[in-house]
Amino acid sequence: MSAGSAEPKGGERAQVRSLLEIDRRERLAPGHRACAGCGPMIAVRQILQAYPEDPIVVNATGCVEVVTSVYPETSWLVPWVHVAFENSAAVASGVEAAMRALRRRGEIERERPVVVFAGDGGTFDIGIQALSGALERGHRMLYVCYDNEAYMNTGIQRSSATPYGAWTTTSPYGSVWPGKREAKKDIVAIVAAHGVPYAATASISHWKDLMTKVRKALSYDGPTFLHVYAPCNRGWRFDPSLTVEVAKRAVETRFFPLYEVENGRYRITLPVTKPRPLEDFLSIQGRFRHLLLPQYREALEELKRMVDERWERLTRLASARRAE
Amino acid sequence: MAHAVRQSNVDLVAAYPITPQTVIVERIAEFAANGEFKGEFVPVESEHSAMSACIGGALTGARVFTATASQGLALMHEMLYAASGLRLPIVMAVANRALNSPLNIHGDHSDIMGSRDSGWILLFAENVEEAYDRVIQAFRIAEAVNLPVAVNLDGFTLTHSAEVVRMLPDDAVESFVGRPPRRPTLLDDPPKSFGLMSLPDTYQFFKEDQQRAMEGAPPAIRAVEEAYRKISGREYGPVKRFLSDDADIVMVMLGSYAGTARVAAAQLRSEGIRAGVVSLGWYRPFPADELLRAVEGAGSIVVMDRSVSYGASAHPLASDVMTALYKAGLRKRVLSVVYGLGGRWFAEEDAKRLFRHAAEPGPDFESFFYYGGDRS
Repeated sequence: MSAGSAEPKGGERAQVRSLLEIDRRERLAPGHRACAGCGPMIAVRQILQAYPEDPIVVNATGCVEVVTSVYPETSWLVPWVHVAFENSAAVASGVEAAMRALRRRGEIERERPVVVFAGDGGTFDIGIQALSGALERGHRMLYVCYDNEAYMNTGIQRSSATPYGAWTTTSPYGSVWPGKREAKKDIVAIVAAHGVPYAATASISHWKDLMTKVRKALSYDGPTFLHVYAPCNRGWRFDPSLTVEVAKRAVETRFFPLYEVENGRYRITLPVTKPRPLEDFLSIQGRFRHLLLPQYREALEELKRMVDERWERLTRLASARRAE
Repeated sequence: MAHAVRQSNVDLVAAYPITPQTVIVERIAEFAANGEFKGEFVPVESEHSAMSACIGGALTGARVFTATASQGLALMHEMLYAASGLRLPIVMAVANRALNSPLNIHGDHSDIMGSRDSGWILLFAENVEEAYDRVIQAFRIAEAVNLPVAVNLDGFTLTHSAEVVRMLPDDAVESFVGRPPRRPTLLDDPPKSFGLMSLPDTYQFFKEDQQRAMEGAPPAIRAVEEAYRKISGREYGPVKRFLSDDADIVMVMLGSYAGTARVAAAQLRSEGIRAGVVSLGWYRPFPADELLRAVEGAGSIVVMDRSVSYGASAHPLASDVMTALYKAGLRKRVLSVVYGLGGRWFAEEDAKRLFRHAAEPGPDFESFFYYGGDRS
């Protein structure tokens, strides 16, 4: 077993085209403590319903964990474990490896799928070492990073997933700062550089694309990665009714491109040929609204430049694939 | 120790290299490479991930093992509490070593004393054979009481020594350890959730349960030791007593220097100094009753610590010994001695000097760092 050596079993059959194809059984019970309009909880529900088999879920410390697991209650209708913030990939490694040993002993018939849910802080920042180790060792797991672009559980602090120019409590805008001063880390490229068979972005606003990617990822015998855009209305400062709309505009403005890297080959899964103006995405969120003021014009231009560059880079990478 | 792991039907070893633990893990990797170790060997990218992977593995019901030392134990410190809080029967060897800074790779007990209160059963081995025996016992102890067990052995002194070890046959160990008893796992149907968040109304209940489990562990540990004696003829128990029954001065120790102290105690008898030695096989749960029986006749107790509790009057082992004395209403002359830090040598002559010093009249309590002669 090594990263990248596996063959996909899903292929075209992984494609999700209609709600009728979805297993309607809920894996996440209602009544959890998440805020109204929580993007990450939509992501978790969609991902768990995408695949017919119940996985073992390893959950990093964060919003999803705390709102689903206050003793003596649990929202999880699948096996679930939380250990800490930075080590979900390592815990999942142990679960996966132990199941292999138990199967060899004949004590279990087969290994169950293992799915990790970790936020952007638990993935881009504090968990990246454990993630890198697990990817390199080739454990069979789907690692899902639900990205709400800051440390929301602790009160909206910036992470390395926070985009340039965004306001957070530790990247406020002022007379000197434009909001966050650094660019967002390209986590998919970092993951793909490990040579894993499958890594992709997805958004809760494009559920067919997201569910298709879950099925594809879980068909691989190796580590796979999903970077899921999951807006947080509390942290991004928008009305709870707009969660899916915000996610949708992120895709339609090319702010959050949907693509996959399958066996090293990039493919844009939702080509955005006529992008909406970036302002359509920024203006409905309090965290970006300052960028529309005259004094932050330069920062707005810088952010637009970053968005364009990313899209061009992805297009280049995807066309390199077509040229093969 | 690697042989003990190979023989103990272990399913998962997740470990990261650190001197002086590496020899244990290298051997397990060799066994895996040759098919002699039947479990999965997961060479993780840090000790933090080693314990994390052990936690994940143990939650499937598998038997898991890791080994570490020093900085590695410090790095996995956070996860030690997760392992014990989740009541997972993980077994770990700790090749006790000093902590940076300054950097030092040699033996002392600073590492495990830093993690003393993490809810693990702590056993100490004095020699290589005992370390082998304790690892085999540890799996059954851990699984009997649902607490993780750390088997401590002095770095280099025991990890890098050539000693005769009377290994047991593979089948004897395999049948002694058997397979882990059933416990709640991630593979259960209906599904279970592990590692929930607990608010101020309930958190303390879980912590008291851990304390009760620790307090209730001695009979289970005894039962495993007795069963092991039947297959091996070897038994260690909570305390090992040497010439302590009629001793005026008893030296209380953890780890490999107990043998050195025993030689000193035996030789001092010819000088008319009635010295004895008590070496602890268990440190947590602390065997206060057995310790008291071993020291009740003595006038002076020399408690030897290979670690420092900075700013405290008495160092870790000395604090435990004095608490035991207080509970029993005994007041004796107690010397809290720090020695052997960072592998500093301690020979028979050093033990004799301390015995002689304790034999002299002096204050009820003294605390000092021992160097042997002068500090140079």
